[in-house]
Amino acid sequence: MRIVAKGLTYTYNPKSPFPSQALKGVDLTIEEGEFFGIIGHTGSGKSTFVQHLNALIKVTGGELRIGGIGDAGYDLADKKCNFLELRSKVGMVFQYPEYQLFAETVEKDVAFGLKNFRRDIKDEKEIAAHVKEALETVGLNYAAVKDCSPFELSGGQKRRVAIAGVIVTKPEILILDEPAAGLDPLGKQELMELLHSIHGGWCKTIVIVSHDMDEIAENCTRAAVFSEGKVVMEGKPAEIFRRGEELLSLGLDVPTTARCAMLLKERGIRIDTDFTCDDFAEKVLALYAEGKAGKEGGDAQ
Amino acid sequence: MEAVRFDNVKFSYRDDGSGFAVNGVSLSIEEGQFVAILGRNGSGKSTLAKLINALIVPTSGTVSVFGMDTADDKKTFEIRKSAGMVFQNPDNQTVASIVEDDVAFGPENIGVPREEIGKRIDFALDAVGMQEFRHSTPAKLSGGQKQRIAIAGVLALMPKIMILDESTAMLDPKGRREVMAVIKKLNREQGITVILITHFMDEALQADRAIVMHRGEVVMDGAPEEIFSRSDELEMYNLTLPRAAYICKKLQAAGMPVANAFTAEELAEAICASLQKG
Amino acid sequence: MLNDVIFGQYYPQKSFVHRMDPRAKIVLMIAYIVAIFLANNFYGLAAVVLFLIVAVLFSRVPFGSVLRSVKMILFLIVFTAILNLFFYSTENVHLIWQWGILSLSWESVINMIFLALRLFLLVMGTSILTLTTAPVELTDGIESLLKPLKYIKFPVHELALIMSIALRFIPTLMDETNRIIAAQKARGADFETGGLFKRAKAMIPVLIPLLVSAFRRAEELGDAMDARCYSGAKGRTKYKKLTFTWRDLAATFVVAALITGVVLLNIYLGGKFDILYYFL
Repeated sequence: MRIVAKGLTYTYNPKSPFPSQALKGVDLTIEEGEFFGIIGHTGSGKSTFVQHLNALIKVTGGELRIGGIGDAGYDLADKKCNFLELRSKVGMVFQYPEYQLFAETVEKDVAFGLKNFRRDIKDEKEIAAHVKEALETVGLNYAAVKDCSPFELSGGQKRRVAIAGVIVTKPEILILDEPAAGLDPLGKQELMELLHSIHGGWCKTIVIVSHDMDEIAENCTRAAVFSEGKVVMEGKPAEIFRRGEELLSLGLDVPTTARCAMLLKERGIRIDTDFTCDDFAEKVLALYAEGKAGKEGGDAQ
Repeated sequence: MEAVRFDNVKFSYRDDGSGFAVNGVSLSIEEGQFVAILGRNGSGKSTLAKLINALIVPTSGTVSVFGMDTADDKKTFEIRKSAGMVFQNPDNQTVASIVEDDVAFGPENIGVPREEIGKRIDFALDAVGMQEFRHSTPAKLSGGQKQRIAIAGVLALMPKIMILDESTAMLDPKGRREVMAVIKKLNREQGITVILITHFMDEALQADRAIVMHRGEVVMDGAPEEIFSRSDELEMYNLTLPRAAYICKKLQAAGMPVANAFTAEELAEAICASLQKG
Repeated sequence: MLNDVIFGQYYPQKSFVHRMDPRAKIVLMIAYIVAIFLANNFYGLAAVVLFLIVAVLFSRVPFGSVLRSVKMILFLIVFTAILNLFFYSTENVHLIWQWGILSLSWESVINMIFLALRLFLLVMGTSILTLTTAPVELTDGIESLLKPLKYIKFPVHELALIMSIALRFIPTLMDETNRIIAAQKARGADFETGGLFKRAKAMIPVLIPLLVSAFRRAEELGDAMDARCYSGAKGRTKYKKLTFTWRDLAATFVVAALITGVVLLNIYLGGKFDILYYFL
């Protein structure tokens, strides 16, 4: 299912003396199969935008469509849209999702979403099978954790359980708001690996909101930069980070590789990279080999 | 002068004394140092921090702050006055609904006279650059601003040591930069000893010294540049290199003669030098 | 919605009323309430209304904001008014309608209007206090006023601190509640349909995380307070000193005049039903 937003606007507290316009006409298309990154600082409208995607915020201005036209798709501006079904297909993992855990056991907590969305499944064994699959997907041992209280687990495990509770319905689109926030470097890396492992299977599209530009550069197929309620840049990470100066002027960061490339450019060294660490190293090495060959060639003459 | 000293310190959260969160740590921190403490979640970093300002006392061994034993009840307030602590969650550290009242909380607790409290609020808010928000309510500030208020609240006690327990973890990059700038300024201009617990390798690079904790023990201790050049060891403790250092290592492994680099700036410098020479 | 909950939340302004000593404001507020209940006829209430208008003007808070606080308890006012309308009974009434124990009389209509007006003035008045006094000042004021109770070992300082922390955390917990509700909605939770019981049950996935989070926050706040040398009221100083100024004195005279006026109107202009007997 593709996501198409056209002229999406949203205002908080519209009738109060202090209305604040969070979205000022967002045009954005996210194709099926993408690993999409959303960048922007606090208050740029990015959270408001992603909350529209599973109808936590109802469309009040502009268009938002998920999936094709007709039966296969959802017109979110239409009040008759089946929002419950939509939410089962568009999963949303909030920032610090471990703070939503509530049930007495991990198993019950993960099953919560499934029971809400799939009222047709009555068989406890079938529910357990889904829960088992979700827990194993996030890298937890079902037998070991299912009867634990979610509050007894470590921070990293809690986050995994919370993610399992969202992916248990196998949403086609998975949205994650700052999924790696607060984790240690290895935890971040493991989480990204987890997302890549589910991407492409039943989960066709992943959208992550992130402050970490390195994370966007390393993981995303495409990204959009939000600023003051609008999309100001959109494209492959390589295209976005090539415009590093613009990002800096918006008060945003650039990945380490882009910062390094900018500094090298100032000294007349151009590196044409996609801004992942590995590619950056390769391109530098190629340049080095070229220079060496050139020099040796020069020496030979 | 020695600011903090750990002598074979063990600490267990359990009553039966099993499972040490801090297991036999001995170290010494000099006054004026900027020390970063690294390690995975659950490696004992936060426990170490709480031991310093007597929020907890060792199960065995001794911790002393400017020569005062933290296990001595009579010294608790002296220790907390000299070693202030800022926590992780910006929302859970303020007691008052107005910034200046919150900053006043610490001095009020130790019985500072009123006129002096006013001066201390001025000093603390100026030091963190939040004077203009003096009469605002913390709920309306950004995460970075809230943490700067928390730092001001600690500064008003005029501490010599400032411990930051993952105080940048919940902030966005802008907030992190603000807080790091304030910490560095305090270290440089006021000579405050800084103990920074963090997950961010780039923050550790700004310190004079980095300590790596693993399973309750100090496993690496040295200048950040030195620590980050021992990449195999770091990997063993489940820590990752700063990205620039990772790239640099890759270049070196492929035979390119580049100098050790840890930040984007250093890496650009090293690559440039190497390409021009090569 | 967040601001509506803490009814009549603080409205920052630099007015005469804002600058008054919170202790004076609290005491005068109590005197004002006494005046409302002393008033025995509509002339007395009119005097109170006049005082209220002057107070709002001097507080420089828009009338709209003051009225908003009434909106919160409008239901309560209407409910008590209706009860009074049908269940009021005294001797010698001018009945309009009667059915069993329910009755409607001209007296009950007057009584209802009188009661609703009293409640209305009560809420308007208290909201002026909360609109013009920051929560911290309010708790400081209460702490200072309750000081004598210290001699009977009443934990005055602790009470004031608890109140100020509660006020400080209300917005934080409200934000958190909204976030948890959104997260559970995303997992298919349904808070909008079903009967009362089903809806109450649907709140469990919101209340438990909220409770857990409140405990976690309490623990962290406790550590943060310890780290800042908190050890109770002993040896503590106060940064903000409350001072009684000419403003407070002036306001005291105005309120005293109000009470005197109300009493005089009571004596000379008769009871609340006099208006009725004039017409009937």
